[in-house]
Amino acid sequence: MSVGPQSPSSNPSSTLPAASSVPAALAGALESAQQLKARFVELISDPAEFRGEVTLRISDVDRIAEVCGFAKSDLRFDYLVDITSIDNYGDDPRFTLVYHLYSYGLRRHLRLKVDVSQEKGEAPTVTSVWQTADWHEREIFDMMGIRFRGHPDLRRILMWEGYPYYPLRKDFPLAGRPTQVPEVAFTNPAPLAGGPFVTIAGGKDTISREPRVRIPETDALEMNARLERRNDIKGAHGRAHGPGPIGPGTGGA
Amino acid sequence: MAELREIQSADAAGRAQEAVKSWGDRTAASDDAADLQTEKMVLNMGPSHPATHGVLRIVLELDGEIITKASPDIGYLHRGDEKIAENMTYTQFIPYTDRLDYLAPLANNVAYVLAVEKLMGIDKQLPLRCQFIRVICCELARVSSHLLGLGSFAMDVGALTVFLHTFTEREKIYNLCESLTGARFTTTYTRIGGLSRDLPPGWIDQCRKFCKEVGNNIDETETFLSRNRIFVDRTQGVAVISREDAIDYGLSGPNLRGSGVEHDLRKAEPYLVYDQLDFEVPVGSKGDCYDRYLVRIEEMRQSVRLILQCLDKLPGGPVNIPDGKVVLPPKDEVLTRMEQLIHHFINVTQGVNAPPGEIYFAHENPKGELGFYINSKGGGTPYRLKIRSPSFVNLSILPKLLPGHMISDVVAVLGSFDFVMGECDR
Repeated sequence: MSVGPQSPSSNPSSTLPAASSVPAALAGALESAQQLKARFVELISDPAEFRGEVTLRISDVDRIAEVCGFAKSDLRFDYLVDITSIDNYGDDPRFTLVYHLYSYGLRRHLRLKVDVSQEKGEAPTVTSVWQTADWHEREIFDMMGIRFRGHPDLRRILMWEGYPYYPLRKDFPLAGRPTQVPEVAFTNPAPLAGGPFVTIAGGKDTISREPRVRIPETDALEMNARLERRNDIKGAHGRAHGPGPIGPGTGGA
Repeated sequence: MAELREIQSADAAGRAQEAVKSWGDRTAASDDAADLQTEKMVLNMGPSHPATHGVLRIVLELDGEIITKASPDIGYLHRGDEKIAENMTYTQFIPYTDRLDYLAPLANNVAYVLAVEKLMGIDKQLPLRCQFIRVICCELARVSSHLLGLGSFAMDVGALTVFLHTFTEREKIYNLCESLTGARFTTTYTRIGGLSRDLPPGWIDQCRKFCKEVGNNIDETETFLSRNRIFVDRTQGVAVISREDAIDYGLSGPNLRGSGVEHDLRKAEPYLVYDQLDFEVPVGSKGDCYDRYLVRIEEMRQSVRLILQCLDKLPGGPVNIPDGKVVLPPKDEVLTRMEQLIHHFINVTQGVNAPPGEIYFAHENPKGELGFYINSKGGGTPYRLKIRSPSFVNLSILPKLLPGHMISDVVAVLGSFDFVMGECDR
């Protein structure tokens, strides 16, 4: 993604009105960009400037964590504002990661961009540099399908575990795709199933709904009684109202 | 059996950690403890729990009453706003921003259009009147959001009166919103390059009246809580976030300032007319729940101050940029003039013509830093629009913060965080 045509990256100040000097925030960001470039020379592009923001492109995705670590430790970029991803569908490399850095001490912003190819689909994590990267990277993994090497807990975050698509990719339709109802997230029995605090819905009185002691035999009796009531209702109204058989999750028979 | 031990620590978090440690020591030291069959319990809090303020689910692993592990589960309100934004014009997305932080829709509207205006390079051309009105909107939204946040926070820790008290005041803000925008919640007030309409007649006086009333209300709310024994016991020293952690986890807004970081985007990177207005940024000293409460109380006072200044300084003139390529021309001109008709047609069908490029604009929302990253390939639709929502980032500290606390502290922590799931899940 190139910057706008009216702001050539080679001459950052050319778009600014002659009367005003370069704003302090922009000058500061350019200074940090130069320092980063001095340290990593050929890895980092010339700074591109657009609307007072400075963007650096990094050519090797495997070294992004190293660059970020240096930016934090030596250039005082202590706040990772955001990480996001772009799908350049049809282009190669397909994905771009965008890191927004901010320094509380120096009050300057910096944007780092790095490309990730579809075949590779992987980048090193920066969670060891900033803790806040944890959820941002999980979101990118969830929405765009880029994996983060070394991430402590790389799971889906907004969609459910087991969801098969990556919705922010450009080849995913806006209307969505039909998927299985997320039973996958609830396949394990509930942690308290069969325990003393689980109510038996539809029990005839409080004692049977919330017994102090749960005995499997009593539960079975309760279930039979319940089915009987259900059949009674069905007989009277022609339709089965009321609670059905006790599910396996509630610790019944 | 092992002997009872007195645990002494200044704050609740410390006590909880002491207790865990002491229990570990006991089990290691004593043989009797091997007879005790202890088991960790998993407690599922949410997604529909009154204290989770929306659909947040937290899976808590408990050792007795002490949390040993917390894993928040978010996404129940995920609507794919970023995907939706890629498929419509910039203007069409404004109503969707109402639904991000639905407790402060006016502030979201302003934040979003400022981002688009920055991309288009027209943010410096905004008429002064528009800028002042936008500041009033943002601050009204802040007061409204904090009133709700404090009310429900106090209710969660046992002070129901505060909730009723703050909601009475919030109702007045909604009345102001209604006469200003035509809607109480889904305001959609701003437009790229201006506002949907100017202030209605008499609105300024109503707003002044409200400022006076809300000032009293804030004072009263403070007398309800600041020295309330129960409230103080449940919030002071609970969930202390150090300055370093707050920065490392990317917290923003009152949660960040509660930890003593003096950072407010209205001061650090002034937008609109904030640099012409006089206000202070309150910061906390300890970073506990009580500090976050104090910061919000003071922020409301500062917001009222800002609103009054804006009402005093409010200049006349238009509220929209006089450029038909950005703002819809007046309807009577559209119906009578050729050029205006063309502008109207292009604006509605294709949207504003944004240049290719990328910008990030951050706005000091009531909940924290609401940022929009817009990647444009030119034209009326963003190629990629990322919403950096403060609630999402603020909540990410929970797995680190909650362990060691009691279950009852969770409601205090969540209340003090004042998040909203609409913007967390987007």
